[in-house]
Amino acid sequence: MAEVEDTLKRIQAQHGVIGTIVVNGEGIPIRTTLDNSTSVQYAGLLHQLTMKARSAVRDIDPQNELTFLRIRSKKHEIMVAPDKEYLLIAIQNPSE
Amino acid sequence: MKDMSSKRPKSKEANKKKTKDKSNADNLPKPEEAVASEPGHPEYIFPLVLTSVSQELFSCRADEDVTAENPHKLLKKQDIIQDLRHRAAVCDFSPVKQAVLDYPEDELLLVFDRDFTYGQSFYLVLTVQAKESILKPPAEGADEQMEDEEQQEEEEEMMMKTPEPQPWVSLGSEQEIQDQSLSESRPRLRYSVCPLGRRSGTRVRFSDRNALDWKEELVECSSYEDKSFSITRMERDSSTQTCRDNTHTCTQTLWKKPKNMWSQYEPREFSSEEKQHQLQSENLKNFITSVARRFEIYLQQNLIADVFCDDWTALCEDDASLMGKTETQLKEYQSFMDLHFSKEKTISHVQWHPSISGVIVVSMMERLSLEERIDSSTKLLLNPSHILFWSFSDPINPQLQLECPDDVLCFQFSPSDHNIIAGGCMNGQVVLWDISAHVDRLQDTRSGGKNILNKLGKSDATPVVRYCAVSGIENGHKAPITDIQWLPETFEVNKLGTPVENQSRTSVQLVTCAPDCCVLFWDLRAPRVMVHSLTDIKQKQEEKPLENPHGVPNTFTHLNLTWKPFIRVSLPKISSSGEYSPLKFSMRENTVDYNTGDKSVSGADSHVFAQLRMQSAKQQKPLQNISTKLYIATEDGELVYTDWKVEKDNDSGRMLSAKPLDVFLLQDTLLHTVSRSPFFRDIILTVGRFSFSIWREGLTCGPLLMSVYSKSMFSAGHWSRSRPAVLFMGREDGDVEVWDLLQNSRQPSHTQNISTAAISSIRTQTSSAKQNLLAVSDRLGTLHILQIPGSLRRSSSSERQNVEKYFEKEEERLQYFEKRQSDHQKKKKETEAEQQKKKTELVTPPKQEEEVDAETLKEYQQFLTLEKLILKDMNIQNETQQTCNTINTP
Repeated sequence: MAEVEDTLKRIQAQHGVIGTIVVNGEGIPIRTTLDNSTSVQYAGLLHQLTMKARSAVRDIDPQNELTFLRIRSKKHEIMVAPDKEYLLIAIQNPSE
Repeated sequence: MKDMSSKRPKSKEANKKKTKDKSNADNLPKPEEAVASEPGHPEYIFPLVLTSVSQELFSCRADEDVTAENPHKLLKKQDIIQDLRHRAAVCDFSPVKQAVLDYPEDELLLVFDRDFTYGQSFYLVLTVQAKESILKPPAEGADEQMEDEEQQEEEEEMMMKTPEPQPWVSLGSEQEIQDQSLSESRPRLRYSVCPLGRRSGTRVRFSDRNALDWKEELVECSSYEDKSFSITRMERDSSTQTCRDNTHTCTQTLWKKPKNMWSQYEPREFSSEEKQHQLQSENLKNFITSVARRFEIYLQQNLIADVFCDDWTALCEDDASLMGKTETQLKEYQSFMDLHFSKEKTISHVQWHPSISGVIVVSMMERLSLEERIDSSTKLLLNPSHILFWSFSDPINPQLQLECPDDVLCFQFSPSDHNIIAGGCMNGQVVLWDISAHVDRLQDTRSGGKNILNKLGKSDATPVVRYCAVSGIENGHKAPITDIQWLPETFEVNKLGTPVENQSRTSVQLVTCAPDCCVLFWDLRAPRVMVHSLTDIKQKQEEKPLENPHGVPNTFTHLNLTWKPFIRVSLPKISSSGEYSPLKFSMRENTVDYNTGDKSVSGADSHVFAQLRMQSAKQQKPLQNISTKLYIATEDGELVYTDWKVEKDNDSGRMLSAKPLDVFLLQDTLLHTVSRSPFFRDIILTVGRFSFSIWREGLTCGPLLMSVYSKSMFSAGHWSRSRPAVLFMGREDGDVEVWDLLQNSRQPSHTQNISTAAISSIRTQTSSAKQNLLAVSDRLGTLHILQIPGSLRRSSSSERQNVEKYFEKEEERLQYFEKRQSDHQKKKKETEAEQQKKKTELVTPPKQEEEVDAETLKEYQQFLTLEKLILKDMNIQNETQQTCNTINTP
């Protein structure tokens, strides 16, 4: 438990990180540093996107699998680390 | 079959023959060889002996019917068969009976073989092919030639020749097609049916009948399944496409059973206990630890390199700055000089029309000193001064003239309504013009003179617009008004100087200043007092039709001659008595956020100023975040920073303004320009005679930048509107200088002489997006329009940041200096204090000399013992015994 906390804190403390969210397999946020509505929105949308990306990678090559997803937008970068059961999402604004 | 050579043109028959020959030759051994190799004969040749009887019967007697030259004879098959029947075994043809019967054609070939090539005198050809080939021997046909040809054609086989179209050889396939195709077996039958006795041409009457009612009269031919009918479908069109397996997914919903319709109003969330429970799970821990490392790497990656930097645009900007070095000249675009009105006059103020591009407004003033004015005052009254509107389309005649009661030193367009112009005169009056009637003319000319016909119709004389309203002489300033500005439409100021919400969303208030040591606030609306008296209103209504002799629009008749300011801000000096005499002032640009929903709460047409009323104190809503501070440039070279709010003095009941917050003494001569940078709200430029300086609002230590004192005097200064670091300066000798703060802050980056007289003002165009024109006016009354080159127009994206950084550095420098100063002061105090202390301290007695000697000797002895020990340890004491002794004796 403490390890989890430490790791999450470390990620959050990186320069430019706006927020981190841990999401379960159904798209429900478990632990977040953002406010509730924003994290629910991020979790739902990115959960769907991750599933789509994962199935795309699998379709192309069945032996391949999705390891990381980075979405770079004009204002910041959203990083998603998928797993069988969980999702870790971080939003970073690197130009700060 | 070998391809026929195109070199030897032969008839197709010959070709065919040849191929047949070839095939014969290929398939069967050559006749000569056959003859040579075996004593027998080829299979298709059957040697026969024909008795004379047979010969006569078939009319092929030797040497009579058939000769050596003509050895062939065609015998009918029927005849042979008949003969066979007649004579059975005796017939000569009996050995070939079967062959004859099998022979497909009607005629057989009998050849007279004179030379007995096949052993007998006749031979019968048994196959059709052979018959044909023998009957039609090849032309010029020596077998040797055929051989040669064969060989040559074998050689040529290697070269590919384009196949020529051959006639179609039937191989029996058309039989099938004929079986399949449908053809008419008999001609079609045609029937014509007509009832008996029906006369043609009679009227036919149709009527409806229900089919179900009259079942007897109906004959139905409905379709039925015929059991005897069977057609098996041989072909069927079908297609397939692969598709994915269906997957069901859901996010943040609780989809227990698959239903087609599902409504959910909120996303599913976990309660805090559930969250805690989840966080405890082992899986989560593993997941996080496995993923964290990767995450950190990627997060750092973004920091190492700027991911959002667009290299392409950054590249082109750098290029532009390199190229722009050649074009720093300000090119003259046009110059305006009016012959009637600009003689002996100078331009006091220049302003671009804020909305109509290409129209520039100039105020003319007499070029006389005070004494001369007094002398020629009568003359001046007869020649009123004007404000001229110039348009680029017509450089000779001004478009519009505004008549002024006296020389106008400064004027401004109202920011909310560009048809209203306020000006300040020499005699301290504030003047208002309304040019709404003539705006069309201005816009027309701007459109490039499209309506040439209209122009001819119009009178050539420039229309003269008289002023709408003037302030009362006793109420206004006592000195010429040197600066006038409108308050923006976002807020207005009440009697105490507090900014309040502006209900009408138009600019209704003006601020003016003059060297009579006060700053006045004026309001365009009628004061509330006037509303109450009905008789007044009636009188006004009656008077209205008479009161317009000059055709002046009555926008401001309520103000005319009775206008007075509602706030008077005086500027008492900080340290001494007396007041500052302002020349120019600058307000902070304040923006106020209003809801876009409530526009013009007053409802009615807010341009009709006569109907607008000043608000009562209760209705006014005070606004925060508006800075009420002014920077004022004075005649004595001081920059005064003060607040315009007035307080009611309890003793005398009068309004008093507070003392200024800050005063900076810059020069001994007057400061003639104070202006804010259009890019930074708190950066102020002040231009005096000999130098200019840049200040930051709120920073009291000193200016951020002060230019070096120069010999020739500055007469005008202006910020560039497109580049944050560029200033335009005008000099007394007619030079225009371009200062680029990022390049060199000690000298101008570019100087250009525009005219011979001093520059009176410089203005950049604000209305057009291109912003490439600079208006420069000089003391001789000429207005020059210059084009700003691209390098001075285009700013790079980092320029603003660079300028900010520059200013911040300067600020730090100032603060550092201040700190050093204060430190220095402190230190000075401290040293003085110490000195004081030292003087009063007692002197401590010096130590006894003998004691000191004893101590040093003891120490020396200790040192020697230590040295001995060390040397002993190192086993070199014996060797250095002597050296020790020598050391011992100092």
